[in-house]
Amino acid sequence: MIIEGKQKIWKDYQKEISDDKYFYVRSCVRQNFFPGAETTFLRILKELGKEVHENPCHTTCTGIGYHSDIIPVDTLMTVVARQFALMTESGYENLVPSCITSFGIYTEVMDTWHHFPGTEAKVREYLKKATGREFQIPKNLAHASDVIFKFRKEIAQKAKYRLTNQKTGEPLNVVEHIGCHYAKMFPSKGVGGAEYPYVLVGMVEEWGGKVIDYPERRHCCGFGFRQYLVQANRGYSMACSHKKFESMEPYKPDMIISNCPGCHIFLDKWQYAISEMENKTYGPNGEGIPVFTFEEVAGLVLGYDPWDIGLQVHQVPCEPVLKKMGILYDPEKKYKGLHGEDLGKPVKSAFKQ
Amino acid sequence: MSSLYEQLKQDIRFEEGMKACINCGTCTAICVASEFYDYDPRIIVDTVQSRDEHKIEELLKSETIWYCGECMSCKTRCPRGNTPGLIIMALRSLSQELGYFVESEKGRQQLAIKRTVGEWILSKGYCLYLEGVGTELHPEQGPVWDWIQKNWAAVFKRLGANYQGDGPGILRKIPEESLEEIRRIFEVTGGKARFDKIEEFSKKKAEELSVEFGSGLDNEYFSHIYKYNSGNHNHKS
Repeated sequence: MIIEGKQKIWKDYQKEISDDKYFYVRSCVRQNFFPGAETTFLRILKELGKEVHENPCHTTCTGIGYHSDIIPVDTLMTVVARQFALMTESGYENLVPSCITSFGIYTEVMDTWHHFPGTEAKVREYLKKATGREFQIPKNLAHASDVIFKFRKEIAQKAKYRLTNQKTGEPLNVVEHIGCHYAKMFPSKGVGGAEYPYVLVGMVEEWGGKVIDYPERRHCCGFGFRQYLVQANRGYSMACSHKKFESMEPYKPDMIISNCPGCHIFLDKWQYAISEMENKTYGPNGEGIPVFTFEEVAGLVLGYDPWDIGLQVHQVPCEPVLKKMGILYDPEKKYKGLHGEDLGKPVKSAFKQ
Repeated sequence: MSSLYEQLKQDIRFEEGMKACINCGTCTAICVASEFYDYDPRIIVDTVQSRDEHKIEELLKSETIWYCGECMSCKTRCPRGNTPGLIIMALRSLSQELGYFVESEKGRQQLAIKRTVGEWILSKGYCLYLEGVGTELHPEQGPVWDWIQKNWAAVFKRLGANYQGDGPGILRKIPEESLEEIRRIFEVTGGKARFDKIEEFSKKKAEELSVEFGSGLDNEYFSHIYKYNSGNHNHKS
């Protein structure tokens, strides 16, 4: 293929990602379930010398409520407008959400306002009436994974470890899982689009790993909002993750990396539930397939302590990957507090470590 | 009162998601929910575009509209720019507006979501909240989650959180003035009215079914809608 032609084709799937001065909005799911990932993200940006601001007054975007349909669209848009107002008042223009649901929602709201300017005017009135606030629309919207993607080469230059098996020298086999709301709704807003999203592939390849292509690679993890939130519906959620595990198993993945906080939960926890219900594990010799956030993987590559970045809160043990990468860690510190206090240990699950 | 179709058209998601459907079935082929439930987004879109008021009313009272997981995989694939997932969102909103949601087993579950996610948003400023997600209601979270719940203060401190603290950080206490702003937004934009309707129609339904309807999570109606599955939702083999 002629290079110019190839570049033209891919031009639509590149996105602008600002390189500094970020206004960070946190994820409800990531804060509750994988707090170390957000801590790691901020630590990496600090190490890279980037400016990140967080306004303590920001709240949930209500996204999980919106996509389980208890929140009207006008309410959602006005809460989003309030987040924009906090960004504006703080003197920032580049919005970086930690959550994929939020990223999808900010993208959707900005797209709606673009195509139906009357909705933006209405929301401005609602926000003014309810809070007295005014706002500017972000100049740049990038998910936190976009930002790490942008600095993947800088991270590689500082790397202490690579995504390779230290004994064999072979790259680790990595499943990358992209949250549906990253690019399926607005393909041009995700790096690489919806068909061939490159945001995680770019990190994995830069850091020495090999991405696995498997049949159900683009299948949803199964959150389905109301399909997980209500206990009676959870068969839907589990069936989706199960379908993915069965599909990826023959390709012998060493690890899974995801950019969506929700996907991370389900790919981690449903492996546990399946092991309990079916006595089935998807890794070799009774191991599970460890599931990582992109922040955690970047942290490991940079040589951060696995227990500083929060790998102890995963249900599927991550040690098999640490051992393959040759990472030095102290197993005795896994379940200790900040100052080494003994916090006991979780009851053992079916997974081998 | 305008027709149901006209009411759907008032919803911006409907305007964005409903062009002209050619019934190709691509959405059904890609649909995650269609694999699990007896569900066909192509039929939903075709029913809506028929503008048949009787059929639309049936849809609004049906189990069917509650099967979608809103992954929006359908948006990527439709060759005509439709988004069945957005049409579903408009249908679900209207179903709650008119009180039709309580006529289906899956629709009645909206109260459970309102009383968990909805109340966390208003009282804490988060969609999910650590202390509300125990393994009793979420057994799949597993023994590590039990360990975290037992030691939450120490574990969150270890991982750099600011749990219930002032200032920025992970799971910080959202300032009361900010929560008050969120509540005012709910008042002004219809969020509170939606919550009130979910409560009001659910209460009536509970009376009709002679099931105890209390506040919070500890009552017969909540427990029933949260846990009961009739098993009539999947494909017949």
